[in-house]
Amino acid sequence: MKKAGCEGGSKALLASQPSLGEPRDMSGLRPGYAVWRKITDSLSTFLLWAAMAFVAAVLCSIIAFLAAKGGGTLSWEFVTEPPRNGMTEGGIVTPIVGTLQLILVSMCFAFPVGVTTAVYFNEYARGGALKKTLRLAMRSLASIPSVVLGLFGLAFFCAFLRFGTSLLSAGLTLGCMVLPTIVTASETALANVPQDYRDAARALGATEWQTIYGVVLPTAFPGIITGGILSVGRVAGETAPIMFTGAVYFAPGFARNLFDSVMALPYHVYVLATAGTNIERTTPLQYGTILVLLAVVLGISITGMAARSRLRKDVL
Amino acid sequence: MPGREEGRRNLSEAAPRRVITAVAMSGILVMVFILLFLMKEGMPILRDASITELAAGRLWYPVSSPPLFGMMPLIAGSMAVTLVSSVLAIPFGVALALFLTEICPKRISGFFKITLEILGFLPSVVLGFIGMTVIAPYLQVRLELLSGLNLMNASMLLGVMILPTVATLSEESLHAVPQSQRDASYALGATRCETMFKVVLPGASRGIAQAAILGVMRSLGETMVVLMASGGAALLPESVFDPVRPLTSAVAAEMGETSVGSGHYHALFFMGCILLLFTLVLNVLVIKIESRREAN
Repeated sequence: MKKAGCEGGSKALLASQPSLGEPRDMSGLRPGYAVWRKITDSLSTFLLWAAMAFVAAVLCSIIAFLAAKGGGTLSWEFVTEPPRNGMTEGGIVTPIVGTLQLILVSMCFAFPVGVTTAVYFNEYARGGALKKTLRLAMRSLASIPSVVLGLFGLAFFCAFLRFGTSLLSAGLTLGCMVLPTIVTASETALANVPQDYRDAARALGATEWQTIYGVVLPTAFPGIITGGILSVGRVAGETAPIMFTGAVYFAPGFARNLFDSVMALPYHVYVLATAGTNIERTTPLQYGTILVLLAVVLGISITGMAARSRLRKDVL
Repeated sequence: MPGREEGRRNLSEAAPRRVITAVAMSGILVMVFILLFLMKEGMPILRDASITELAAGRLWYPVSSPPLFGMMPLIAGSMAVTLVSSVLAIPFGVALALFLTEICPKRISGFFKITLEILGFLPSVVLGFIGMTVIAPYLQVRLELLSGLNLMNASMLLGVMILPTVATLSEESLHAVPQSQRDASYALGATRCETMFKVVLPGASRGIAQAAILGVMRSLGETMVVLMASGGAALLPESVFDPVRPLTSAVAAEMGETSVGSGHYHALFFMGCILLLFTLVLNVLVIKIESRREAN
């Protein structure tokens, strides 16, 4: 019934149109409409080019500005000496090491759990309520503001589990933050493993687990690692989740165990920028620290991006 | 004995399956714990103040005696910053996406995509720093304001932060519009501008809505930029150049100074609950749109 109606409609429409090849009567249109169309077309092209150029310029000027201001501070001493004299002198080796330790702890939690979750989603889950619930949980986790995760870390890791304000609490909080990112990246990598590989392994008599462990995971490994690298970049740059779970204003030395508190690069930038009493002496330190933070975060992220583009070329 | 062999294999099958399923479920556990612990620490504030006092009170003096826990200025601050940054960044992000799919020559589109991605990797504390040291003095001198740390400053930086998210996701959905629709539009004599705005954009409207909501979500939850650049005054903003104190920045700034278990402490957790509620609602909205897209 409905279909017949549609056909009738389109026939009526066809009848009202001038037949092909016949020039359409444009006289009913406003004079100058053709000019207007030309102008809007060129204008929109120009504006969209300008928008993109503007964004590229903003990024370049941010990086150039920070490099110009902070370049003078950078030296071997700056990255190998601890802060001295109420953080108005010395270097930033303590926060650098703290950030590396935070990365390590968070990845020790998030990477295995994230990859396992992806294996579950891609290889084991058969649909059903459990899979749906987990999917919903992951998406919700991904959308939670980082400062709210910080609150959770404070209430759960620091207070309830009695880890205190420590490397462990902050690392685990960061781990919760990047877990969804790792799951998504690993899932994509696992989904890119051709089904033939699994079928071939099973046909040779391998069990489901042998197939996953011996064939699927090694094949997907480069993709999984790439996703891991990109999430390390995020961990290195985040401040809000660690502010009240483990990062401190000043620590006399490196964290010796998981229950020590740490200094971290992004938090150090915040501290220098807002709590400084001696602005003239800390300004070079601020720019130097920012530059190191930027180098660490962008260095890791760009490595990840490069690895990913190589991977895509290999796949193609 | 083939039977026993088979039994052993079945066992070595079942064990990894169980372990993997169990570990994967820890994601659900984390999410449940987050909800549980935020409620546990946030709800006790209702003993000190009623929900109307919290939501409609205009005075945020958590350490005076008696303490006043009016969160309206903070909620308004969050809303204002989110609104202004979204108004700035969402159209801009969609424009970038249109540029990348419809106008940019293929050879250089890769370069621009990398630019956007790197912009997205910039740590928020760096942007907050730029807001304090570059934008604030500029606004202060140029517009003769009392302070350059205000709603506008924070919103501009938040806009920069959410721009890559909005642009990348919109680009994906524009990309999914079939080429045949563009061809049809051109065949009817439409210009590129007309094709972009009357065919491609409407065709990708759901995906763009999704990108926009995700952008809103990020800007609502972003902390360091608003902490450093929004001025931090718990007042209802009257213009875009007034200082504000959004929820996230209040939590980040004040959590270090409270004692565990005080009214102030619970009030900050209550703000966390509010933020969580907002983001989860937006998240449900995104999932709804997505399932409708898949149904089509």
